[in-house]
Amino acid sequence: MDLDSTFSALADPTRRAILARLALGEATVMELAKPFDMTQPSISRHLKVLEGAGLIVRRAEGTKRPCRLAPDGIAAIDQWLTMLRTVLSQNYDRLDDVLATMEAPEAQKDKP
Amino acid sequence: MSKLSLRSDGDRHVIVARRFKASPEAVYRAHIEPKIMQKWLLGPPGWTMPVCISEAKPGGKLRCEWSDGKGGDFYLTGEYVTLEPFRRIVHIERMHLPDPTPDNHVETMFEPDGTGTLLTMRMTLPNAEARAAMLATGMEEGMEASYARLDGMS
Repeated sequence: MDLDSTFSALADPTRRAILARLALGEATVMELAKPFDMTQPSISRHLKVLEGAGLIVRRAEGTKRPCRLAPDGIAAIDQWLTMLRTVLSQNYDRLDDVLATMEAPEAQKDKP
Repeated sequence: MSKLSLRSDGDRHVIVARRFKASPEAVYRAHIEPKIMQKWLLGPPGWTMPVCISEAKPGGKLRCEWSDGKGGDFYLTGEYVTLEPFRRIVHIERMHLPDPTPDNHVETMFEPDGTGTLLTMRMTLPNAEARAAMLATGMEEGMEASYARLDGMS
């Protein structure tokens, strides 16, 4: 597990957008460069980071090397678990406050 | 300093554990009563749950709709399977992003823990496509906050 490289790979909005695009299916550098309005070398740099973090895999097909999401890469699961942890932590911290307000009147009501 | 514990169980499940300073009854009710769910089951700051339908009985429907007030929204549908008051809830849910993610089977346990409650939730790990779809939702905002925290730490 290398959470550091996953975090730095995900910290960039372009790289997150690339991942979201790849969730729809395989794409070449050229196909990725178009909607992002970026040059191919700069897309390639982002892809290198994503590949290094184990979030995507690339296969050789001539010079194209199309990329797709790493299907069961541990890093890909870490990425999702990190999001889940963030969302749940925020929810449960709020639930702490809600419970504090619930319990007080409850205790009053239950008293004989 | 998170009180939340989260681990994978095999390659198909995730187990979440968290302690609360409230009775199992209160924590259980907070998970099935719409008016209470709408106060906390929200995700990143800025999101609200304008619609919450929770028919807490076996076979009963579950529907939660979230909105960020800026045109971002998604919803969840599900069905309750088992309800053991104040102890255990089993339900199935899926997110609509807008395509439905594969069914997530969730078992939530509420155990007395001193004067509080230990909540344990076991859920299905979604497949790669569903994970990517969830990551592409507005939950990013919440992640930004944790990146900011990480940045502050380094």
